[in-house]
Amino acid sequence: MIAVIDYGVGNLFSLSASLKYIGAESVVTADKNIIRSASAIILPGVGAFADAYAKLERSGLIPVLKSETADGKPMLGICLGMQLLFDKSYEYGEHEGLGFIGGEVCPIGPDLKEKLKVPHMGWNSLEFRKPSPLFKYLSGGEYVYFVHSYYAKNCAENVTSVCSYGGAYLTASAEKENVYGTQFHPEKSGATGLKILKAFSELR
Amino acid sequence: MLAKRIIPCLDVRDGMVVKGKNFIGIREVESPVALAQRYNLSGADELVFYDITASAEGRALFADTLKEVASCIFIPLTVGGGINTLEDFDRVLKCGADKVSVNTGAIRDPLLIGRAAKLYGDQCVVLSMDVKRVDGKFTVFSHGGRVNTGISAVEWAHRGQEEGAGELVLNSIDTDGVKGGFDCEMLNAVCGKLTIPVIASGGAGKKEDFLKLFQEVPRADAGLAASVFHFGEINIEELKIYLKENGVHVRL
Repeated sequence: MIAVIDYGVGNLFSLSASLKYIGAESVVTADKNIIRSASAIILPGVGAFADAYAKLERSGLIPVLKSETADGKPMLGICLGMQLLFDKSYEYGEHEGLGFIGGEVCPIGPDLKEKLKVPHMGWNSLEFRKPSPLFKYLSGGEYVYFVHSYYAKNCAENVTSVCSYGGAYLTASAEKENVYGTQFHPEKSGATGLKILKAFSELR
Repeated sequence: MLAKRIIPCLDVRDGMVVKGKNFIGIREVESPVALAQRYNLSGADELVFYDITASAEGRALFADTLKEVASCIFIPLTVGGGINTLEDFDRVLKCGADKVSVNTGAIRDPLLIGRAAKLYGDQCVVLSMDVKRVDGKFTVFSHGGRVNTGISAVEWAHRGQEEGAGELVLNSIDTDGVKGGFDCEMLNAVCGKLTIPVIASGGAGKKEDFLKLFQEVPRADAGLAASVFHFGEINIEELKIYLKENGVHVRL
């Protein structure tokens, strides 16, 4: 069973529905015991980094997330949930993250070579950088759905895929050992997104 | 590079999609879930649902419909129709909507855009505008295109962006239902200096109209249509293949 962490950010309807659709049992929870007994963890999130991190801290779940991932339990951060996995973020100041994956979260705007819209919102295609178990059912070039204004940088050795936008390569997914992150929303990325969630649900 | 989006729009009344009148004038309806599934399989990039019911029973049925669609289709869903308050935003977001479209509600209370953007994020708030030429000026109409507000479309679009709208739907009343192509003149005039994504609506009759839209209005991010998709006059998959062959970047 997959524990979807409920810490008061974001709309979890589609994520729960998509897990149910692929036949993966899941529960939206903030209960430490349920998280400990789960086979995998998903950390969702939308909104601002500092606010989300503060809510996660207040939920008292950070020590559990740290111990469970240290024990090798698969964990997937989605969108802002992915950004929280890094060392720090520069969204409205400088804020500490969970530090599960080395790297920093920086604004997209200054890195674009062409003047394009931020947030980077819509369907963009994945370019693989490294093999990942999450790509088990993909062949590369698939489109996934993004909505974000910040992205993970200085994490090259952990980047598994990128997407091209305005002359820059934005980190689309990253992983370190059993901790995975997707900047895009697999629960909104049609058949491709479901394949990624299925691959994650099959990790042991 | 972001793909240009193709978006079918579904008007829902009493739990059914109102497809419009067919060629012999008979009003046709279809199950929203069945239609949405078909569009999803044929490559629609997003779906827009408009609640065109006025009754409380209709509202409840719409919520059930939305939940059912969001439980089996995993692409972005935008919901509009009767959005006047933050409670309305909350009501549809809880049923699985990703974005909420405001039209008359924002004209009545422009600060609604900013309040919703602050609470749910800019990306969640879509400002939808019905635009018509009045004495040669692009003018905003409210109440489903029935009431002339006298507001300049260019000014309203910029105000909406400043208030925090994350996306703009520009529907041309002049070309809507005519199937003679999108209103490229209006679209260029209104979205010229905007920085938020723009969805063009009103006038699609054939595949070539979408190609012309993306060629003549570079600022358009998406094309929206209803009846031409509902009645199968344009197949979304064929449309996207056609666009790709003609150099438009689409998701296939």
